[in-house]
Amino acid sequence: MQFMSRQKKLLPNSHTELYGQCLQFYGQPPLENIALSEFETFAVERLKLLKTVENLGVSYVKLSEQYTKKLDQESKNLNFPYRADADDRKSQSGPSEIEKRRKDHISHFILRLAYCQTEDLRRWFIQQEVDLFRYRFSYLSSKQKLEFLHKNNLQYDAISVEEKKALQDKLVNSSYAVSGITVEDQDFYKVPFQDALDLVRTRKVYLKAGYVYIPHQDIVTIILNDFRTRLSKALALTARSLPAVHSDERLQPLLNHLSHAYVGQDYSIQKNVGKISLEQIDSLSGKSFPLCMRQLHQALRENHHLRHGGRMQYGLFLKGIGLSLEQALQFWRSEFIRGKVDADKFDKAYAYSIRHMFGKEGKRTDYTPYSCMKVILSNPPSQGDHHGCPFRHSDPELLKQKLQFYKVSPSGISQILELVKGMHYQLACQKYFELTHNIEDITFSLNHPNQYFVESQKVLGGGKDIKREMDTPQRSQENSGRGSAAAREAAAAANASQHLAEMTEELDSFFQDA
Amino acid sequence: MPSSDYDPASLPDLLPLYYRRLFPFSQYYRWLNYGGVQKNYFQNREFSFTLKDDIYVRYQSFTTQNELEKEMQKMNPYKIDIGAIYSHRPNQHNTVKSGTFQALEKELVFDIDMTDYDDVRSCCSAADICCKCWTLMTIAIRILDRALREDFGFQHLLWVYSGRRGVHCWVCDEAARKLSVAARSAVAEYLSLIKGGEETVKKVVLTDPIHPFIRESLAVVERYFPRYALQEQDILGRKESVDKVLSLVPEDILFTLQQDFQNEKKPESRWKLVRDQATKKQATAKKGQYFEKEIMLQYCYPRLDVNVSKGVNHLLKSPFSVHPKTGRISVPINLKELDVFDPFALFEQTCKYSFISFHFFTDYKRTTLAKYVKYFDQFLDAMARSWKGELLRKSDLQKEF
Repeated sequence: MQFMSRQKKLLPNSHTELYGQCLQFYGQPPLENIALSEFETFAVERLKLLKTVENLGVSYVKLSEQYTKKLDQESKNLNFPYRADADDRKSQSGPSEIEKRRKDHISHFILRLAYCQTEDLRRWFIQQEVDLFRYRFSYLSSKQKLEFLHKNNLQYDAISVEEKKALQDKLVNSSYAVSGITVEDQDFYKVPFQDALDLVRTRKVYLKAGYVYIPHQDIVTIILNDFRTRLSKALALTARSLPAVHSDERLQPLLNHLSHAYVGQDYSIQKNVGKISLEQIDSLSGKSFPLCMRQLHQALRENHHLRHGGRMQYGLFLKGIGLSLEQALQFWRSEFIRGKVDADKFDKAYAYSIRHMFGKEGKRTDYTPYSCMKVILSNPPSQGDHHGCPFRHSDPELLKQKLQFYKVSPSGISQILELVKGMHYQLACQKYFELTHNIEDITFSLNHPNQYFVESQKVLGGGKDIKREMDTPQRSQENSGRGSAAAREAAAAANASQHLAEMTEELDSFFQDA
Repeated sequence: MPSSDYDPASLPDLLPLYYRRLFPFSQYYRWLNYGGVQKNYFQNREFSFTLKDDIYVRYQSFTTQNELEKEMQKMNPYKIDIGAIYSHRPNQHNTVKSGTFQALEKELVFDIDMTDYDDVRSCCSAADICCKCWTLMTIAIRILDRALREDFGFQHLLWVYSGRRGVHCWVCDEAARKLSVAARSAVAEYLSLIKGGEETVKKVVLTDPIHPFIRESLAVVERYFPRYALQEQDILGRKESVDKVLSLVPEDILFTLQQDFQNEKKPESRWKLVRDQATKKQATAKKGQYFEKEIMLQYCYPRLDVNVSKGVNHLLKSPFSVHPKTGRISVPINLKELDVFDPFALFEQTCKYSFISFHFFTDYKRTTLAKYVKYFDQFLDAMARSWKGELLRKSDLQKEF
């Protein structure tokens, strides 16, 4: 990654070759010199785009009309390419298509630098880039799609007409989209199942002896898989060259800030530790816990036990609201002992995992409380589990009963169920917040259970005890107790480029309002 | 549950005998060495031991079969787990630069646990099993074995009784060992039909078209359903069971069935009524028309823990490990004898020959364990043919230089 120091400059015509298509695999990094201001602007704007991709992905079905319309709009506003024929005419205002594609190229590689550092960041970045790719790919013609396969060097074989005929029934029955006509008209390709995991996972394809049989029209899934794998490998490689990049003082603050901004608040730094006593938890669970945590707390009290998934989700939440390690140990211990677990067994088996959560064992990473995204999308509950998001994972009937039990009004319940039907789980939870706190319209966009708690406490207590953190979470500037070292650091920060300060402020406010 | 003379307190006396007389070290090493095709495969494998007093030690590794034998005979582990093959020797992981010690390969594994079926079995609950609910394991093995072989193309599957309340499957093909986390998770999801936890009543929903995998699995379930569910579990006999089954039926049919059930008490006939209603509904192609299939699947289809299969570094109980709570040995299951496999017989016979009368026998060849070791040998022979091919190929490549 030496594009900052190289002297080579690309001639303008080469841009036309490099950016011949609206969409690319980002196989080659940019080789030109880039001004620092452009560097910053490009990165921030791509991050905004990816954040929009994330939000739209939770609120709408991907590639639905509303999803694509909104993403079209955002791409337009931020001057990113999205469709080959969208803005071909040379408009006076705004950048040309080539310039947009160049920005797309450069900004992707900058964000790689920021997002390669941890598993969580990589996972997030890859997910949004894959979704963005999928959206842009949907605008390509069949011919253009095939060109992509060739660029991909994918080894796939078309099966013979005889084999197609023999497998016709099975092929038709494997996919809703495949009819008898599809089988007759289209080529089917035999692809190793490892290259088509999404189709295998959802059982949308015929699988035999380790190969999936894919009609031409479904080739996109293969490509997405390939894109994801390549990006994952590339990020691992990028991580290794990071030290060189970090030594550049101009880049380090921005890169750090970019990688923290995507979650805004992740509640990993414990604030207000010890402000909550264990006796308060029962009442708090009714007043200020989101439904998922209220459900877990109730199950814990009733069964004196929670399985691993529930312990993680609830335990980390409790850490996020301010329980200390000692409190947490006491809390879990006293509850488990009332069940089938004796004190000894608790200390041997369960205490370890609680200390693990607080970063006192094993890898000593401080685990962060789960965001709504994580609760909704990963580790769905199965028999005997109480974790997950009730709006996503509970039967609507059971959800309704539960809301009735928690005294939500019938009209409120039907509003919530409507939102659930539309898969707007976080909006449903926001509605639950509004109904249980008796307010009309909340001013925040819910994406974290601990955020729910903080906002609820604000509404109920007038916001006196729990401060809302507006600052960036990267370096605790609250450590005023550090004396002269902090003062020197603060002075140095103040001397940093004015531009950077403005940029980060803008970024912050964007994510607070999102 | 048959009573046993097994007393967990006797483990400290029995285990040394087991590890000296019965544990099949040479077959075990032959397995995990995988023909020596890949360098350091055995040496970089993680084992974990649970010792007396619940002491748990991870990152054990061994350089030779002899070393493994000596260590196990010295430590007498209560339980042995097998983990992944790492980039370096697990017992030296602390000396490796942080971030470079990584799990590279491992068999693809599945864990079917009887407690996951508690909501659909009436004979037992929690850690108990009996011959009635054991059929669920038979069904699970048949369905998954077929799918892993025919759909995924895997060939070297080792099914193992876990020693208490379930079965494990070890898929040992090279392709399986090299699968990524995402691939393992995709395989497990493909094989999963039961979705939902405590809060979900209807855990199986089928829509058109019915995938060939589901059809094949249904064929297996249908073979066992009449005897297992209608007779042994009596799901359409007792009132609470009947109510549970009917809660899975579409609303517009519920009332009719409840009425019909007033006049018909025999479970087989009741089930026929359910099927007839389903046939009627399927003719109309309205929503929810596959409810009779959904019922059969909810009561019988295998329930996997996806998390066990996903992780490359996940530790799973080793075959031939003793289960400390039951005294039973985790033995491989010969699928040719699946319908007569009896987990309860294992204890009586193995225990009798191996421990109480041990002084009459000098090695495992004379005990009941012998038959399971022999079957394990056959499994290894089949795999060895593929190792031979690999070694030849490798040496050929070297010759070219």
